[in-house]
Amino acid sequence: MLAVRDLAVGFQTRKGPVNALRGVSFDLAKGETLGLVGESGSGKSVTSYALMGLLDAGGQIRQGEITYSGMDLRRASEADMRELRGREISMIFQNPRAALNPIRKIGHQLEDVLRRHGRASRQDAKAKAIAALEAVRIADAPARYHAYPFELSGGMCQRVVIALALACDPQLLIADEPTTGLDITTQKAVMDLMGDLIRARGMGAIVITHDLGLAAQYCDRILVMKDGAIVEQGAPEQLFSAPRHAYTRRLVEATPRLGASIRSLLPAEARRPEPQHHVHNRPLLEVRDLYKTYRGKSGPVSAVKGLSFQIKAGQSLGLVGESGCGKSTTSEMIVRLQDPSQGHILFDGQDIAATPAARFARHPLRRDIQMVFQDATGSLNPRDSAAAAIGAPLARIGRMRGAKRAARVAELADLVGLPQNLLSRFPHQLSGGQKARVGIARAIALDPKLLILDEPTAALDVSIQALVLNLLVDLRAKLGMSYLFVSHDLNVVRLLCDEVLVMKSGEIIEQGPSAQVMTAPQHPYTKALLAAAPQPPQRPTAK
Amino acid sequence: MSRRLHMILGRVAQAIPVLFGVVVISFLLTRALPGDPAAYFAGPAADAASIAEIREALGLDKPLFQQFLFYLRDLARGDLGLSLSTGQPVMQDLAMRLPASLELTLVALGLSCLIAIPLGVLAATRPGSWIDHLCRVLVTAGVSMPTFFTGILLIYVFYYLLGLAPAPLGRLDFLYLPPPSVSGFYLIDAALAGDWQAWLGAAKQIVLPAITLALFTLAPIARMTRAAMLSALSADFIRTARAAGLGQGKILYGYALRNALLPVVTTLGMVFSFSLGANVLVEKVFAWPGIGSYAVEALVVSDYAAVQGFVLAMAVLFVLLNLVIDIAYALIDPRIGLS
Repeated sequence: MLAVRDLAVGFQTRKGPVNALRGVSFDLAKGETLGLVGESGSGKSVTSYALMGLLDAGGQIRQGEITYSGMDLRRASEADMRELRGREISMIFQNPRAALNPIRKIGHQLEDVLRRHGRASRQDAKAKAIAALEAVRIADAPARYHAYPFELSGGMCQRVVIALALACDPQLLIADEPTTGLDITTQKAVMDLMGDLIRARGMGAIVITHDLGLAAQYCDRILVMKDGAIVEQGAPEQLFSAPRHAYTRRLVEATPRLGASIRSLLPAEARRPEPQHHVHNRPLLEVRDLYKTYRGKSGPVSAVKGLSFQIKAGQSLGLVGESGCGKSTTSEMIVRLQDPSQGHILFDGQDIAATPAARFARHPLRRDIQMVFQDATGSLNPRDSAAAAIGAPLARIGRMRGAKRAARVAELADLVGLPQNLLSRFPHQLSGGQKARVGIARAIALDPKLLILDEPTAALDVSIQALVLNLLVDLRAKLGMSYLFVSHDLNVVRLLCDEVLVMKSGEIIEQGPSAQVMTAPQHPYTKALLAAAPQPPQRPTAK
Repeated sequence: MSRRLHMILGRVAQAIPVLFGVVVISFLLTRALPGDPAAYFAGPAADAASIAEIREALGLDKPLFQQFLFYLRDLARGDLGLSLSTGQPVMQDLAMRLPASLELTLVALGLSCLIAIPLGVLAATRPGSWIDHLCRVLVTAGVSMPTFFTGILLIYVFYYLLGLAPAPLGRLDFLYLPPPSVSGFYLIDAALAGDWQAWLGAAKQIVLPAITLALFTLAPIARMTRAAMLSALSADFIRTARAAGLGQGKILYGYALRNALLPVVTTLGMVFSFSLGANVLVEKVFAWPGIGSYAVEALVVSDYAAVQGFVLAMAVLFVLLNLVIDIAYALIDPRIGLS
């Protein structure tokens, strides 16, 4: 149905021309689901935009052929492409809430598409829009017709985006990271729905994702892309059991999965024995009956309801749950950026909740509790160099000056594996992994006893994630820190944490040693979470 | 709907303390200004006794607090006092002059929007093109020339050289009778009265001052439209709309422009407030009997009642303006409630 031959795409940038795609060729049969997997910058999204004729300004197809059902898409006029888009080829995007017009009712957005392609008239547009919403299993579609995107959850928005894409029965669906940013159970629901619809309508589909496990689960065939070229393709089982290309092998190994150890995520040549960390039988942090209630528009909202747990010195605790379960509120209360409504936070036996968050910056224990934030880019001041970012806590809390501080910054850079020559760079001159290292160096600058890690690898590519996770393991053994690791990725938590807490609606519903919770979950919600996590096909774990 | 009405009433109620503050400050400020109205009105030949007499007649010999109470009492009755310079009740002066200023400002802003918004949209859809550069040149020229200069230039060209425009002597030529006052806006009142000759006369008079003011207000609106359109066009939902094959017009006006309107409306509100205050110069050049020139004249002679009345009228106007903008927000963007 779709044939791409030797496709090359270049972008005109301020730094001169950049080749985004270099000779990409593949075919897609009717009814086939193709996975396009690669890390950021591999050119997987550019491929889809080139197919749709939606390349950004400055992007240009340099050579190659795109043939769709006998039509030459590269030479099609913009008017012809506009006819094709939505009716023959549709696309689903990541970040569904932003992908919908924020100030237009979703029903009207559906009608726009239906009427554009002559699928509905003024009279029956509403009925057909409601039918399209029902097709993506949105409950109470007639009422939802009048909803605005901001009134819907992320998963619901993605269903609407799917409804938009499928409203005119296209033959080819391109899904660009369709579940990035969605909760794991929502991800499963959305992917299952998409899979069912693709099968039921016999469409061809291209699923673009960075998650090899997800691609393996839902695609018939996977293309692995790197630096604008396809390095390997094949059936998922074959890719996992016998990857031929070195890059595929690295990608497969770096994907956290059942049976993997944290060192096995790294390329074979970089594996060193995993250092043991020491858990003392003394509580470092004790949380007692913690409550947090916000004043909402329609009455008070309880984000955290009576949380009690402890972290022993040297222990790593995983805090798992989906968005809105209160895990971020909890970590912010512990790091004393927010005040609890009620309850105690004992750190080394001292109730730090008694000091208001606004005044905790001058508390002697401030230096002992530090945090690594989720968004490595957003949490760095764009006008501060890496050295200034790492040095800030040293200057503010450590009262270090001049050469002494510079020496400590250099030492920290070594500790987190950040090359010294990068210290003078600004965040926009650093890669995602390097920025994550700066964030970690800043957090450990004052030798804290407790490090709170809020999804520190969520925005990173898997190979970078593997490096950062291993760095965290090394640092833990070297510095004897305790970790509170907040994450939605159970596979990652299992690799790093001694114990795990599962939170739902502000309460702990299950806790215990990670191995036990992960292999023999008791609570149905934990079971659902584990079942929803995509698992790549099993393969013998590398030694 | 009743909930919305409730919120609007709440908004109006919130304005009451603001207005009271304005009353206090305008009262105190006018008193703090140098100059003695009694001495001014007594004339240069007056002796101390006659000045004191006038002062007593004006109530200026009473303690400040008592004067303030009298002022409040009059205000509660809707009496803004007598203007010393015109000899008329301030209320009547304002009722005459405020519509003149409002009419000029509204026509100018309407004109400005008609040009600036399409220009901004065009510039945003073709960044770097000749239309983008034209937009930039026009906008820069508009702000960099002071209004009195553009005003005089327009009069020179269109009245003196070409003779197309009528003499810049107020709102209506002496040939016509002002239409019976309903709204105070000549264009509306003349249309209501069916007096199309007067309407045409009023329209001819307003064209040049409105263009002068419009040129000045073009810049912020066009720039903001361009910037807001650029950011709206790069949003994810525009990509979705394009991927769904929607037409260019629908994407540009149905999707992008509506999303870009919010900052444009904000700018419009700001431009409206500053042009209403700043069009004194235009009013002077065109002998427009507006509120700006009235206030300046009153201030020069320490005409307390007139100045206070002017400040209060402006304050009420801005409260209303903000209310209108808030309602416009809520209409444009469903995410914004009126709470």
